[in-house]
Amino acid sequence: MSALFPAGTSVRVRDDWPETRGACHIRTPHYLRGVRGVVEKHLGAFANPEDLAFARPAAVLNLYHVRFSPQAIWPDAQGDALVVELYETWLEAA
Amino acid sequence: MSSLLETPSDRLLAAVRQLLTAKGVVTREEIAERIRTTDNASPAQGARMVARAWVDAAYRARMLADGAKAAEELGIPMRGMPPLGVLEDTAGEHNVVVCTLCSCYPRAVLGYPPFWFKSAAYRARAVRDPRGLLLEFGTALPAWVKLRVVDSTADYRWMVLPLRPAGTEGWSEERLAAIVREGDMIGVTFPKLP
Repeated sequence: MSALFPAGTSVRVRDDWPETRGACHIRTPHYLRGVRGVVEKHLGAFANPEDLAFARPAAVLNLYHVRFSPQAIWPDAQGDALVVELYETWLEAA
Repeated sequence: MSSLLETPSDRLLAAVRQLLTAKGVVTREEIAERIRTTDNASPAQGARMVARAWVDAAYRARMLADGAKAAEELGIPMRGMPPLGVLEDTAGEHNVVVCTLCSCYPRAVLGYPPFWFKSAAYRARAVRDPRGLLLEFGTALPAWVKLRVVDSTADYRWMVLPLRPAGTEGWSEERLAAIVREGDMIGVTFPKLP
C-alpha cells in the first residue's frame, strides 16, 4: 500500500475527539490531537483497530512512526523526541 | 459437577475452549502450543537476541530491519505475534519504550511486562519527564545523550537494542546474554557488568 506521507513529511494529528460522540476504540493518544510532527518512517499497513474492536469490516490503513517535540505538547517536558505509531486517517499534511 | 475449587472463571474458560474447538476455530493442539509459547517467553529470549546482535554485525542489521524474523532465527516462536520493531541505541541517542494507552509489550521476546510498566505513573511520566523517570531506576543519562521515547500505540511491539557495555570484550554470547535484563530492553536501565 503506497504511503501518502513519505518520511520527512510535516504532518498534524487531526484535532478530533470521537470519544465525545459515543462508543469507540482509538489508538491515537489524546495528548497528540492537533499537534504537529514529522513522519519518520512508514511502518506498513494494518486493518483499522477502530473497526476491529467492534468486529466491523476494517479497512487496511497505512501506519507511520511520527516524531514529535515533547516541548510542543508540554512546555516542561524533559525528553528530546517522542515517536508514536499513527494511522494515516489521523494525519493531515501541515 | 461443581466443586469448591472450581470458580466461575474456570467454567467460563472451559466453555470457551470447548466452543473454539467444537467450531473448528482452533485445535486443542494449537491451544496447547500457544500456552507453551507463552510460558517459555521471558526476557532471556530478548537477551539472546541482544547478545547475538553485539557479536554478529550481520545479525544486528537483520534484527534492526525485522525483529520478528530475527527472533525466529534464534528459535523464538513468533507465529500470530504482532511485528517486532527494534530501537537501536547509539552513543548519542537512547530509546525508552512506553505504552500510554494500555500495556502493549513485546511478550514473545520479553515475557510478561513488569508491574510498573502498566502503572499510570510510569505511562504518564515516560512521555513527559523521561529523564526524571530514568533517575528513579538509578539511570543517570548524560546530558549530551538525546532521549527518544517511543509510545507503543498500535500494531507494532518495540524493544531496545542497548549499547554493549565496556569491559565485555571477548565475552561469549552466552555470558553477554546473562547481563541483559528486561529493563535494559525497555530502556529504563543499561546492561551492567556483574
